[in-house]
Amino acid sequence: MNLFGLLPYLVAGWILLIGMYGLVTSRNLIHAVGCLAVAQSATYVLLLSIGFRRGGTAPVYSDTSTHSVVVDPVVQALALTDVVVGATVTALLLSLVIQLHKRHSTIDPDRLNALRG
Amino acid sequence: MSRTGRVRLFLCAAAVIAVAYTLACTGLPHFGSAVHPYGARAVAATLKQRTANTISSINFDQRAFDTLGEESILLGSVLGATALLRRTDDERLSRRRVARVLPSTRLFGTLLLPVALLTGIYIVAHGQLSPGGGFQGGVILATALHLAYVAADYRALDRIRPRELLDSVDAVAAGAFTCLGLAGLIASAAYLKNVLPLGTFNTLSSGGMVPVINAAVGIEVASGVIVLLAYFLDQSITTSPGEADGTDPSDASGTSGTSDTSGTSDASGTSDASDPRKAT
Amino acid sequence: MNSVATLTEILVMLALLLVAVVGTIAVLTRDPARQAVVLAVLGLALALLFTVLQAPDVALSQLGVGTAVTPLLIMLTVRRIRRGRPEPDEGESAEDGADR
Repeated sequence: MNLFGLLPYLVAGWILLIGMYGLVTSRNLIHAVGCLAVAQSATYVLLLSIGFRRGGTAPVYSDTSTHSVVVDPVVQALALTDVVVGATVTALLLSLVIQLHKRHSTIDPDRLNALRG
Repeated sequence: MSRTGRVRLFLCAAAVIAVAYTLACTGLPHFGSAVHPYGARAVAATLKQRTANTISSINFDQRAFDTLGEESILLGSVLGATALLRRTDDERLSRRRVARVLPSTRLFGTLLLPVALLTGIYIVAHGQLSPGGGFQGGVILATALHLAYVAADYRALDRIRPRELLDSVDAVAAGAFTCLGLAGLIASAAYLKNVLPLGTFNTLSSGGMVPVINAAVGIEVASGVIVLLAYFLDQSITTSPGEADGTDPSDASGTSGTSDTSGTSDASGTSDASDPRKAT
Repeated sequence: MNSVATLTEILVMLALLLVAVVGTIAVLTRDPARQAVVLAVLGLALALLFTVLQAPDVALSQLGVGTAVTPLLIMLTVRRIRRGRPEPDEGESAEDGADR
């Protein structure tokens, strides 16, 4: 199969796997939250690559004629929602990290392995 | 499980995922293919609803119910972060020293803050015409306000950012979105159906209910992000941690050294909590 | 027409490679304060990719949220945690590849 036809999807897969690797080997919970943000961006890349159409333009008709060929707008709407939700989840996770540090005075995941009452 | 065991297990799993994913990708349509059945129907529906920006039409007209869910996620996470970052009993409000700001930075902030606010309002208002809309404009509005923090100091930002008011504005705007859907029900159609007159294509008043929902979402996102940043800034800048040993040399108020070595409960810092608030 | 389409695809491939490289660097940067800056660059690279993929709306959100707000939140968290009690084993964690 043509490599160029597969490359965007493979790049999305690589970004996901490298983000997950960072999550698994992280020693600092803030760094882990950043790796989660990297892994989430893989989904944006995959969605938008699926929607791309050769020769298409942006699906905004304010300055192009209504007969022009556009790329798929549905996956762009999905990706837009994805971006917003990803950011809010990151904010919530960072608040959790601050609260964890207040209670246990460490943010090393390897040391946070006991459930304290 | 030990750390190296965990990493090795992950590497095996990652290899399996990589192989399965690559095989699955060969079944996807070629990158740049011209077959997008759902997209073609969405574009046709957008032009029928006389909205120029297809994404706004999909988000606020055709699939407005999904956007309502996304709004709720935003509101919920702001509430969650607010609850997690509230100032507990053993933390004190500390007054910071006023930092010196370069005159050029001050000029930059003074000139750019109204321009950025205007840009945010423009992007929210023109969501149905050009790329933009409620979310993007709301984030721009929220970050534009923080130019006051960059150009002046935290107290200037505090004055132009009434936190309780913004909290209630956030909730009211989220409720407004839900109630706008009821307008569809009242007109004996479906919930969140576009019942306002559709207007002329490519003008500011086109798209029916899309500009109205854009405005509600813009207000909600802007106030939500401002409140979120306010709690984070408060925790990082004006709150001294209750059990700290005063290790931060730039902490203007200083802290009395509590020799508390167990970090398991917040109540152990009570001797600090009873101190009156110090002001520089 | 054919050459214009190919030029867009070359741009897409370049932007994809840039995103992959910056994403890898973001994961391999262990210090959270530095990682916040790399995440801002990643947000910029993603916005560039989305623009070339003809998605201006998504690029606008990614720019606002991923380049401005998320790195700011990470840096504020780092500052808040550094103002609290320092970790008792800071010497140990520094050996594992420059956590500081």
